[in-house]
Amino acid sequence: MKPSIFGYEAPTTLEAAISLLAGDPDAMVLAGGQTLLPAMNFRAANPSLLVDIQHIQGLRGIAVGSDAIIVKAMVRHREFELDEEVKRANPLIAEVMQHVAHIPIRNRGTVVGSLCHADPSAEMPLLLALLGGSVVAQGPSGSREIAAEKFFQSFLTTARNHDEIVVEARFPLLPAGAGWAFDEVTRRHGDYAVVGVGCVLALHRSGRATGVRIAACGIADRPIRLKDAETILNGTTLGPLDLDAAVAASLVAVTQPDDTNVSQSYRRRALGTLIRRMVARAAQRAETVA
Amino acid sequence: MSTRMFGARIERNVDPKLLRGEGAFVDDIPLPDALHVAFLRSPHARARINSIDTAAAKASSGVVAIYTCDDIGALDVEMPLLIPHPSMTNPQTQRPLARGDVHYVGQTIAMVVAVDRYIAEDAAALIEVDYAPLPVEMDIVKALDDGAPRVHAAIPNNLAAHFVQTSGDPDGAFAAAEHVTKITVQVDRSTAAPMECRAVAARWEAVTGELTVWDGTQAPISVRGGLASVFGLDEDKVRVIAPDVGGGFGQKVLLFYPDELLVPMAAMQLGRPVKYIEDRRENFIGSSQERTQIHTIELAALKSGEVIGLRDFFLHDTGAFIPYGIAVAQVASTSIAGPYRIPNIFVEFKAVYTPTVQVTPYRGCGRPQACFALERAMDQLAQELGLDRFEIRRRNLVADNQFPYAREGLLFADGLKVTLDSGQYGKALAMAATELGAENFAVAQAKALSDGRYLGLGLACYVEGTGLGPYEGGHVKIHPITGKVYVNTGLSTQGQGHDTVFAQIVADQLGVSPQDVIVVEGDTKAFDWGVATFASRAAVVSGNAIHKTAATVRKKVLQAAANMLDADIDSIELRDSAAWIKGSNRFVPLAAIATASNPLRYAFNKAAQAATQFAPASKHDGPPLAEGEAPGLEATDYYSPSQSTWAYGVHGAIVEVDPGLCTVKIKKYVCIHDCGNMINPMLVEGQVMGGIAQGIGGALYEHLDYQSDGNLANASLMDFLVPYATEIPNVSILHLETPSPLNALGVKGVGEAGCIAVGAVIASGVEDALRPFGALRFHQVPLSPTMIADVLERAGH
Repeated sequence: MKPSIFGYEAPTTLEAAISLLAGDPDAMVLAGGQTLLPAMNFRAANPSLLVDIQHIQGLRGIAVGSDAIIVKAMVRHREFELDEEVKRANPLIAEVMQHVAHIPIRNRGTVVGSLCHADPSAEMPLLLALLGGSVVAQGPSGSREIAAEKFFQSFLTTARNHDEIVVEARFPLLPAGAGWAFDEVTRRHGDYAVVGVGCVLALHRSGRATGVRIAACGIADRPIRLKDAETILNGTTLGPLDLDAAVAASLVAVTQPDDTNVSQSYRRRALGTLIRRMVARAAQRAETVA
Repeated sequence: MSTRMFGARIERNVDPKLLRGEGAFVDDIPLPDALHVAFLRSPHARARINSIDTAAAKASSGVVAIYTCDDIGALDVEMPLLIPHPSMTNPQTQRPLARGDVHYVGQTIAMVVAVDRYIAEDAAALIEVDYAPLPVEMDIVKALDDGAPRVHAAIPNNLAAHFVQTSGDPDGAFAAAEHVTKITVQVDRSTAAPMECRAVAARWEAVTGELTVWDGTQAPISVRGGLASVFGLDEDKVRVIAPDVGGGFGQKVLLFYPDELLVPMAAMQLGRPVKYIEDRRENFIGSSQERTQIHTIELAALKSGEVIGLRDFFLHDTGAFIPYGIAVAQVASTSIAGPYRIPNIFVEFKAVYTPTVQVTPYRGCGRPQACFALERAMDQLAQELGLDRFEIRRRNLVADNQFPYAREGLLFADGLKVTLDSGQYGKALAMAATELGAENFAVAQAKALSDGRYLGLGLACYVEGTGLGPYEGGHVKIHPITGKVYVNTGLSTQGQGHDTVFAQIVADQLGVSPQDVIVVEGDTKAFDWGVATFASRAAVVSGNAIHKTAATVRKKVLQAAANMLDADIDSIELRDSAAWIKGSNRFVPLAAIATASNPLRYAFNKAAQAATQFAPASKHDGPPLAEGEAPGLEATDYYSPSQSTWAYGVHGAIVEVDPGLCTVKIKKYVCIHDCGNMINPMLVEGQVMGGIAQGIGGALYEHLDYQSDGNLANASLMDFLVPYATEIPNVSILHLETPSPLNALGVKGVGEAGCIAVGAVIASGVEDALRPFGALRFHQVPLSPTMIADVLERAGH
């Protein structure tokens, strides 16, 4: 379990980092290293060059804006989790973050690194997809914003080009009065989610749900917005039959095959359970709006 | 020191060193100029090797040597069959490096020696092997079929061993039965996953002709014997040291792993120290595993619930080789009747070769499987007869006045008749019921159910044959300068705390503080008679050997002190590292006694003056050292048990099952256990707690996921689910102490106790929790969420 030979560069400017990537098709970006370095030790990843971005100016910090939270590339999970402004601006985030691996991993691993790794079981991609967020990628010819639904393409695959670096991610705030919920089932505390479900919704004073968003991780090759379920639940009072219909419409989204930990049919069962529970929890937290 | 140390809850001597990171494990041993080893391992479960091309690897910069089976001379033979047994029809053991065929994924094919491990791994990847893959059968039932793909070309039906044992008249019992219950259960394959993987380093001193091997083994003396034999060296020219070792759990008692032979060989050939540090993936695919057994068990009962007969047939997966003989299956078969009287027993097993790494004992060694089969069957019998689960057990337990309780016809792993020596089984069961709140549980369960929560109570009883022979020794010496007591035994320690419990035994005999007793083990230069650490035997076998030896030294101290103090021997007491005349302030320190007990010519310090030839105390009739006496305060003695001591216990749990997510939460876990007199209850609890944690792993998490092609899908600690601390509940451990009548200390072993019953307890609890959904059966562990979901879905939920 030793990595094969690789080069290492720690540029101090974004331009230098991008040009290193552009010059070597087998180079990889190193941020927190919590996934990449073990993968290198297993020789599952064999980069010729690591481009360490931690010394680049301007890639640190969290900014809470009026409509979104901007998370720069080198922000560690733990910073995102513990930031008081973030907690106030979008309480869903803290609920999600406590499920991300273990504290020592959260201390080093980065939010944007997790997005770029795009593990379909991971919480960060789900969070970005659920909130309808985006990332900003910078390459040799400038920067572009990529919406979550475009960014996550398949297993460990994103829309980022090889010579681009994702410099920030944008997590939208919750709509006023919206309720939120996230939970996941794991085999052990801190493991990747077997299935995770997040939900955001608002309640009209008539008792009917509006703006329902539901997303799941661990069920397919990327985080999945369960739009059929959202459509079914919007405008309903979230009664048992509504939830039955929403769950039934969601089960086809489970495409992840049996693996060493659970079967596909188990994932369906867990997905249904979590949808029911997260919708109920989000509704309980929602303030009735006009 | 007048307080008795035996039985005291004192902290472990070894902890400060280990907790400060000052332990010295094999990889910490400074070996300047050492070379490093990586192995090329088979990616196929079964294949013919057509050719091996090492040219490109040899040409790599930094590579010093590459060995295949053609390059290892006399070592190119099958490794030893450690425990021969007549039931083995076709015993097969592995060669250090594969010749012709490979039999499992992970089998060693070539060894690369290079200036560092990185280069060694790079070079191993450059070795080209032309394989012709062969078909495999991973299912142990189908592997026995005629025509099934063979693990060994010459062995049809993959049958490794077939053994039947009978006690009493089982056929008669089944003919007389008023009720028979029958179930088939399975326990899956797991692995010890020690915190430190295996490690071997070797240095050859050409000038002195001495070979020193550092080996993270549980059996340094046995390894030394083997190495001396293989390399044609005198045993005294081979020193094997097991330094600090990070957990063993049985995995490190096999000899030999290929590296244990090849690393010393390379060191001798290359003239430089050589080191091999097994990595985690290699530990998963190359080091021993255990557990898969499928039992079909029948209980013949009377309507009263009394079980009068037991029949068990089981298949035992032994992996591709059977170097440790039938030990695991034999322990399972002789533990099958547990703590119950069951006078008539028929137990038969077949050991089956599968194309996987060899199976040898892992903490529990067949007992968890036997316990799971028996206890699940007892639950079913209780249900069928309409009896409470505690009550049916109460009616069958061996009573306190029935000991020793022999099972004629069943031979344990030591070749001796199973004889339960002592216990208070009924009391243990009653304590478990009380601690669990069993009497009022139905009320709590019903209340929870009305809130939509599914609570269940599970329980299981177990016995554990411990303290196997053949023997161990002890050496005790009082140091003349410091008065500290040095103790040696032939074991090695993997973190159990031997140094503390052995010190407590000696402290009481010699009146010293346990902190002044220095236990040195795991080094053949320090003590080289003995066997190994396994089978929960250290406290029983070495403990009693050390106790006997310390008693001999005590006698010498008393005699010498009486002479020095000019007092009657009966008036001497030993405390505070000195011999005192009782009721007076006259004393002489142990250090001075030790010095004086060694007639000296040269006075190297003040105390030594008293032992020199012209000192008043040296007036003798006859020679300074009388005929038949030895200098100093020192002795060596041995203990060889007449049979195993049988520990036992009752475990119970309250679990909560979430039917939506099919997760199991252990709300409460209770362990009542009895290992005889406890030397140190805190260490006993540590052993039991660690065992329970491993048991919870086996009950809910740890499952080696072999694919149909023989590859292990979860060969990492990310995918193989060793439970974290977060998965382990608080456990209430209650002790019973029934002294074993078999040894002077009255002790029994405890190393494996914790893990045995957990699978049966959890399955029992999950069944009970899900009773509202019907009489669902959980007959396999580990019990995964998928298995629970499948059972619920089959039942329409």
